[in-house]
This record gives sequence, C-alpha cells and structure tokens, in this order.
Amino acid sequence: MIRHHLILRVVTKLLIGPIMLFALYVQFHGDYSPGGGFQAGVIMAVAFIIYGVVFGLATVQQVLPPWLVHKLLALGVIIYAGTGFASLFLGYAYLDYGAFSPAHPEHGQHWGILAVELGVGITVTGVMVAVYYAFAARTPMLSDEDW
Amino acid sequence: MEMLIDIVLFSMMVATALAIVRLRSLFAVVMLAGVFSLLSALLLVTLDAVDVAFTEAAVGAGISTVLMLSTLALTSRSEQPSAKAGLTPLLVVLVTGAALVYGTLDMPSFGDPNAPATTHVAPDYLERSQHEIGVPNVVTAILASYRGFDTLGETGVVFTAGIGVLLLISGLRRRRRQKGEEE
Repeated sequence: MIRHHLILRVVTKLLIGPIMLFALYVQFHGDYSPGGGFQAGVIMAVAFIIYGVVFGLATVQQVLPPWLVHKLLALGVIIYAGTGFASLFLGYAYLDYGAFSPAHPEHGQHWGILAVELGVGITVTGVMVAVYYAFAARTPMLSDEDW
Repeated sequence: MEMLIDIVLFSMMVATALAIVRLRSLFAVVMLAGVFSLLSALLLVTLDAVDVAFTEAAVGAGISTVLMLSTLALTSRSEQPSAKAGLTPLLVVLVTGAALVYGTLDMPSFGDPNAPATTHVAPDYLERSQHEIGVPNVVTAILASYRGFDTLGETGVVFTAGIGVLLLISGLRRRRRQKGEEE
C-alpha cells in the first residue's frame, strides 16, 4: 500500500462512517424527505469507492469482494420483483402494496415502498461499485506526477 | 432575490463551460465538469426540485467524476491541440443555441397553473397520495407506488447496464479462459 497523503487517509477514514450513515438515512427516510433508493445507493457506493480511491483497490476488495458485489446486483432486482410476487400470492395485483396490511392499506403502502426502495438501493450500490471495480482493475495505480 | 441567484448561478456555469473548452489538461476538465454538475444541482434547488438536485449532486458530481478519472487513468491525461480553426463548431453551437432559445418562446412561463404539466395527472396525484399512500414525500409515493412498474423497469435497466459494463471491461471471461488453459 502506498504510504503517503496522511491527511487524505485520516480524513477519509473519518468520513466513511458518516457517509454510510447518511446513505442509510436517505434510504429509509425517503418517504419523508428528498431522496430514496437511487440516491442512497449512489451515496453508499461512494463510501466504498472513496475507500478504494485512497487506500487502493486490493484493500477495498477485502471489505467488499467482487463476487459479493455481483450477487448484490441481482439481489436488489430480486427484492423488488419479489415484493411484486409477494403481493401477487396474497391475492392482490402485482406490486399492489395494500396486500401487506389489508386492514390498513396505508401501512401496506409504507411496507411496500420500503421494500422496493431497498431493492433499488442495493442494485444501484452494486452497479456503481461493480463499474468502479471494472475500471480500476484495468489500470495500475498512477503515481501523483503522472496526473 | 431569486433572479439574482439565477443570474449568479448561470454566469458561473457559463464561466465553467468556457474554462472546460479552453483547458487542455483533462484532469482539470473532469473536475470542472463536477463543478458544473454541482452548479446545476443548485439551480434545481432554486426550482424546488430537491429530489432531482440530490440525484444530480450524487451522480453527476460524485460518481461520474470518479468514473471519468478512472477512464483518464486508462487513456491519456491531456487533450491533443486541434490544428483547425474552430469556426464550423462555433457556427453549429450558435445555430443550435438559437433554435433552443426559439423553442423556449412557446413554452408556458415558469409556475403557470395552466401549463400542460400541471393540469394533467399532477393535481390528481397530489390530491390522492396523502390519503391513499400516506407518505409526505409525493415524489417517493409516485416513484415507488403509482409508478411502481416503471421503477421496476428502471432498476432492471440499471442492472442490465451494470452487467453490460462488467461483461465488456471487467475481463471476467478472459480470466476464466486463462484458467481453462492452465488446466
């Protein structure tokens, strides 16, 4: 690992936690404030990408190995489509969230929106990190002078 | 006040765009493109489109900058100076710009209650979403519930794009073939 940029490394380590927390806030507070799965997914991916940019690809791939990222890509779509099938098997239309709480359709809507937004978030995180891995894996680390 | 903010933001965007055209160092160009994205995110905030501004800031300024930098690392870091004088491009840009400005003359003015965008389904969604969905953020209600199928398709598009990039440039297949040859 390259041992330079002390300030960058310290600040990055301090920032990654809050970035992930903010991503979770955007994810699960999307019903009440701006944001949702797409934005939260990107922010969560940024937490991993910034770690990779500063500490190197090998280090971030120890935390989030590529095979796991590839599974995450599909997992999000499965969660979203699965929510639709769940409502289908409960006797409602596809993606009709009223199915999850027949007595209080509003609560069902909340559950459904949380589930599909989670699916969107996981897929977007997976895609962003996978694209970053794909690009970064092709180049050796550049020295500062080369930029 | 809003007029002043708009003028400041737009002139900063124009200055950024001019700097992007003039600069030869692609690293600086990528950084300025990020700045341009942030400025347009601010513009969207003044239009009260916070969800879009959020996306623009996260995707346009954040992820694309990183991806452009990764691409730069794969290719060259400075632009080749072009030998030709740029009169034709200037003409194309001016004509396109004039056509776009001419197009805006027919558009309804900003915030017009009789504009097609605000008379069709929007009032219906605004009226129904509070008691049908019960989610304060109407954008989320429309995105995830009323337009759930669209968003499912959108997620599918993101997924497909990710798989496509993986197949094209991650070299998964090449690695597997090499492994096969070793065996």
